[in-house]
Amino acid sequence: MTRVGRIRLIVIVAAIAALELACRTGLIDHRIIVPPSEMVVTLVRILASGSINADIVRTLGIIAIAAAISVVLGFALGLLVHALPRVREALDPFFATYYAVPIFIFYPVLIAIFGLSLVPILLIGVATAIVAMIIATLNGLDRVPRVLTKVARVHRMGAIATAVQLQLPAAAPYLFTGVKLSVSYGFIAVIASEFILAPAGLGRDIADAYADFNNARMYALMLFLLTIATVVNTALHAFDLRWARRRGRGAP
Amino acid sequence: MSDPSPAGETHAQLTGVTRVFPPVAGHPSVHALGPVDLDLRKGEFFAVVGPSGCGKSTLLEVLAGLQRPTAGTVTFEGKPVGNEVPDGIGVVFQEDASFPWLTVWDNAAFGLRRQGAADAEVRRRVDDALAFMGLKDFARAYPSQLSGGMRQRVCIARTLVLQPRLILLDEPFGALDAQTRLLMGDEVLRLWRRTSATVLLITHALDEAAMLSDRVGAMSARPGRFIEIIETGWPRERDSSTIVQEAAFGTITGRLWSNLRGESMKALGHSGPAAA
Repeated sequence: MTRVGRIRLIVIVAAIAALELACRTGLIDHRIIVPPSEMVVTLVRILASGSINADIVRTLGIIAIAAAISVVLGFALGLLVHALPRVREALDPFFATYYAVPIFIFYPVLIAIFGLSLVPILLIGVATAIVAMIIATLNGLDRVPRVLTKVARVHRMGAIATAVQLQLPAAAPYLFTGVKLSVSYGFIAVIASEFILAPAGLGRDIADAYADFNNARMYALMLFLLTIATVVNTALHAFDLRWARRRGRGAP
Repeated sequence: MSDPSPAGETHAQLTGVTRVFPPVAGHPSVHALGPVDLDLRKGEFFAVVGPSGCGKSTLLEVLAGLQRPTAGTVTFEGKPVGNEVPDGIGVVFQEDASFPWLTVWDNAAFGLRRQGAADAEVRRRVDDALAFMGLKDFARAYPSQLSGGMRQRVCIARTLVLQPRLILLDEPFGALDAQTRLLMGDEVLRLWRRTSATVLLITHALDEAAMLSDRVGAMSARPGRFIEIIETGWPRERDSSTIVQEAAFGTITGRLWSNLRGESMKALGHSGPAAA
């Protein structure tokens, strides 16, 4: 482990220890936050009981589908917009300000249209994540060195071969940034939607625990989600870093 | 392969070639090149020097089929060059055009694989090209692990495996330091001797042009035209260490500079006696 990594670990462990101490000594009211050790014990108990298995599958499934749709559709739309400069010029202000708009205000509208099902959650997930992928695709394609287009012509490559064999790999680091953001935004949107209103899911479980003043369960479920999100993001980051090192650049 | 002679067979030809870039977004049209006439003799090493922005790279791209001339004709091996790079022409660019996502070996194999060559043939030619370019020990490395000069060698190897009959080099050593440029020049000479290909080198370095070439074309400021084409008279077996000791080397370099000094002043926007 690097020195920076060790420092990071020490900071996290110290923060958790401080929280544990503050909760155990009564500095923080037990009714507000439970000690981290109790969160872990409760989480292990919940997971062992299997009572949230269906919710785990449902929530992580929706996140995976939302992220996958966002990545594939966002990439395709990014390619299309990049190929149409006038359309891009028209859409650029929307892309630039998209995340300044609270997308969640459309959640009730989607529930009214599609009912209280997983469809509105999936749509909110896609709506939140897809623009990150479109922007990353545009950014990546903008940064493909122009000399590669000449190289493609020297090798007498057609438009599709140039896109697949040269432009796509050259833009890949930026596209991967889009993938990372899509997964993160998908996570946030799906959990938040479930928390607001959903028939099931981990977000709904947390909301129920909150409404029942069941702090131990609420924090245990929050810890579970934090752990999953951290593991997924760390794995993506590690993959990106390894790839970036091989290609001789820092992660974008 | 015998030395190319003044009466040698024409390999590529530009006749009355001009290139005018049309007006873009309120900017007026730019007459970048010509009219230019040039006969490249089969197997010769021809260098083009000229002031910045005189159309050297445009000349190369028109010859390669990467740009269409506004007027005039371009032929390669007797056939007109259209809007496509003809088979048998290889181009090495000034910019690093190595593929960072591929190893050195896969970079070199790229063109051959695209052509659908058999695996054994790809292996043979790539191994040979990498050995020739001194990259054998770096076959599994990625371009990011190499120096700028080595990355250019990767690009040359990628061109070399396709066995081009005309190699166009667009300031391939422009971004390298002086010593590396000298060494790379010697490698290009070795490559030229071995392949018997015709080589057209675009460069801004007068000494490099004088040292490497059979003929050097000095171009005027934009729109670029050939002011003079100088025969160097070097033997085919030559390298930088022997040529720089020749008295004629200084004479040729001086003559190139006397041709280009005024043109370079013009390119910089100066007028007056120096530019006259």
